[in-house]
Amino acid sequence: MSAGHPVELDSLFGDYPLDQAFDEMREASGELRPQYRALAETLAGLPAQELQRRKQSADLAFLTQGITFTVYGRDEGTERIFPYDLLPRLVTAAEWDRIERGLTQRITALNLFLRDVYSDGKILNDRVIPRELVYSCKHYRRQMRGLQVPRNVYIAVVGSDLLRLNDGEFVVLEDNLRVPSGVSYMLTNRRVMKRTFPEMFHSYGVRPIEHYPQLLLATLRSLAPEGRPEPNIVLLTPGVFNSAYFEHTYLARQMGIDLVEGRDLVTHDNIVYMRTTDGLKRVDVIYRRVDDDFSDPLIFRGDSSLGCTGLFNAYRAGNVTVSNAFGTGLADDKAVYAYVPQMIRYYLNEDAILPNVETFLLGDELQRKHVIANLDKLVVKAVGESGGYGMLIGPQSTERQREEFARQIEANPRNYIAQPTLAFSRAPCLIGDRLEPRHVDLRPYILFGDKVNIVPGGLTRVALEKGSLVVNSSQGGGSKDTWVLEQ
Amino acid sequence: MLSRVADSLYWMSRYLERAENTVRQLDVTMSLMLDAGGADEETRWNHMLDALGKHTKMDWNGNLEEMAYKLIFDQQSPASVTYCITGARENARQVREEISSEQWQRLNRLYHQMHSPHTQSQFASSISDVLASVVDGIHLFQGVGASTMIHGQGWQFIRLGRYLERAYATATLLEVNQSEIFHSHLREDSGYPYLELVGLLRCCTAFEAYCQVYTADLTPARILEFLLLNRDFPHAIRYSVDCVRYAIESIQRSGGRRPPVELSSGIGRLHAMLGYTSVQEILSGDPAEFLHTIREQCLRIHELIYSYYVHYSIQSALAV
Repeated sequence: MSAGHPVELDSLFGDYPLDQAFDEMREASGELRPQYRALAETLAGLPAQELQRRKQSADLAFLTQGITFTVYGRDEGTERIFPYDLLPRLVTAAEWDRIERGLTQRITALNLFLRDVYSDGKILNDRVIPRELVYSCKHYRRQMRGLQVPRNVYIAVVGSDLLRLNDGEFVVLEDNLRVPSGVSYMLTNRRVMKRTFPEMFHSYGVRPIEHYPQLLLATLRSLAPEGRPEPNIVLLTPGVFNSAYFEHTYLARQMGIDLVEGRDLVTHDNIVYMRTTDGLKRVDVIYRRVDDDFSDPLIFRGDSSLGCTGLFNAYRAGNVTVSNAFGTGLADDKAVYAYVPQMIRYYLNEDAILPNVETFLLGDELQRKHVIANLDKLVVKAVGESGGYGMLIGPQSTERQREEFARQIEANPRNYIAQPTLAFSRAPCLIGDRLEPRHVDLRPYILFGDKVNIVPGGLTRVALEKGSLVVNSSQGGGSKDTWVLEQ
Repeated sequence: MLSRVADSLYWMSRYLERAENTVRQLDVTMSLMLDAGGADEETRWNHMLDALGKHTKMDWNGNLEEMAYKLIFDQQSPASVTYCITGARENARQVREEISSEQWQRLNRLYHQMHSPHTQSQFASSISDVLASVVDGIHLFQGVGASTMIHGQGWQFIRLGRYLERAYATATLLEVNQSEIFHSHLREDSGYPYLELVGLLRCCTAFEAYCQVYTADLTPARILEFLLLNRDFPHAIRYSVDCVRYAIESIQRSGGRRPPVELSSGIGRLHAMLGYTSVQEILSGDPAEFLHTIREQCLRIHELIYSYYVHYSIQSALAV
């Protein structure tokens, strides 16, 4: 450590390990990266115990505001606080510029892909993407074939997961094109951070993100059916038992729109209404936080009562906009993901700005053999799952788990992909009373209405367990505020 | 406002009012049991259950403390206070975006208090403290609501629920008690009937208010007049009905939909019954019949509100 830093910082860092993984705060030599200097100085300038006191005050703010999520698979959906780390993750203007351009390009191409596949299928006819891969995807919805989607926007709300690899470059790990969640944590993290560390905001030019709800509302409004100048926009939630119910109530309140459940909606003559105390009120745009499967028992799963009977027909008739569209899960299928660079080339005639992670498709016999022989080095994922469920991390797995996965792969190769175990970047976190590095990812939130719009920031998720590579909140992950800097 | 939301707010409020009423009647009944000369415990207990409504099934087992514990904490019984508070919280949880965070926190705290082993184990040694703290919790919730929530349609549905429940409960209480009040032969014998009458007033937190209006000279006719026809006392039936009427009118004003004639005439009739009848007229007629009519009217109003604001048919709504 250079002489310029006060001793307190050394004690804070302790024996902070640096190895080949990219550290967000420090260079390989141990030097602080320039953008983190002011942060380190602020920390060093705090009196003893002050950091702990602020952490407690931040935790309390989350608790009293009831900022929680629900964990499935345990006793009747336990409500939990989303663990929060006090130190912000910094993204420089140059880094952000690349991310923004890369995601804009990617989302544009993915949207064109959905439109193409659900209409003419040119990309399939030209054999750029194998037809069987698309038609065998469990999120492919044949009902969407030939359907005119408002403004041709299939994916209005997207959250893509980025990782930073050893060389410092960001890559895309996956795209969440169905019902991405977590944006409420991005917003509440910032609010709590402003209360906890006001002085740091003075020393940094942090770009604001607070207008996200307003942008989301504008995006939804821009997709309203023709001839509805004052559209009635609602947020459709599965209800109080959903893991993201807090987020649904939060966004509805921030946008000033009604939070509806399936039982609040009725359709008549292909028009969707909600039941209000003033009678039936027509619904024009539905921001849908219910999966395809549960959205309309007439078309999708008949045993579900979470959605609205007749919704799809009203949608098909063009009387209501549903965002995201149905069947968008096709394009975030983890096997289809492998073809996104080809899509970008095919539709936009450009090279992908943000690269993919190398991905093995297990439908291919050669690749499958290679993967099964190297299961202990690879990460295997089920193609249609998210949230860290249905996944094998080779280096951390047992012999028995690997055998189990090999059997599952042989039984249904299309259902799995494999990727190298990535050494993605780590950022300092306050663990106890000192800083320790933990792996982080970054999920920016992309809105697509009239044009692609990305608020400068996102949710930095942290694998809080030492050495863990899993950042999902359902698997013990936490989060950090993410600051995109003016410079 | 969404019908489901209105429904939840309405029931949240009714459940809390019901919980408060139950606590108060239990408190009064238990303290009346302390004085010699009246009915035995079992008679009193069953009498109280009647006054709480016919649906209450809790057979007397000879142990007052156990019975009281059940009435407060037994979650399986729809009559229990805990059941009501749980129902209120469950409704509130589904409309968290409609009520203020302060309201939610108060109700949540009350809910956890009812479920805490500490409260339950303390019960035997401090029954009246526990009862008082439940009423406090409910009052706190109502006060916080009054000062933090938007006083729009949702607020009016909360008031609608509270006052309809209150009017109905008070009418039930008076109906169950009226024969004894007016046909008691013990009246002149001792201090005993005096305590009975005080108890009746205290069931409606009305003793002090009554004294302010009539002095401590308790007569059955005045008590009936006060609990039925007083326009300024919040637990009187007339006051409650006026509040129901006001809430319905506010909801209609903010909605812009023409209300069904049955609803406005139903509430208007009830209002007129209480506003333009003297207690002498009621006493010279059939008081039981009068009270019974009030209850029927309350039920009818509830049904009309439901069929108009919450469970209306799509056909009827499209025809408008």
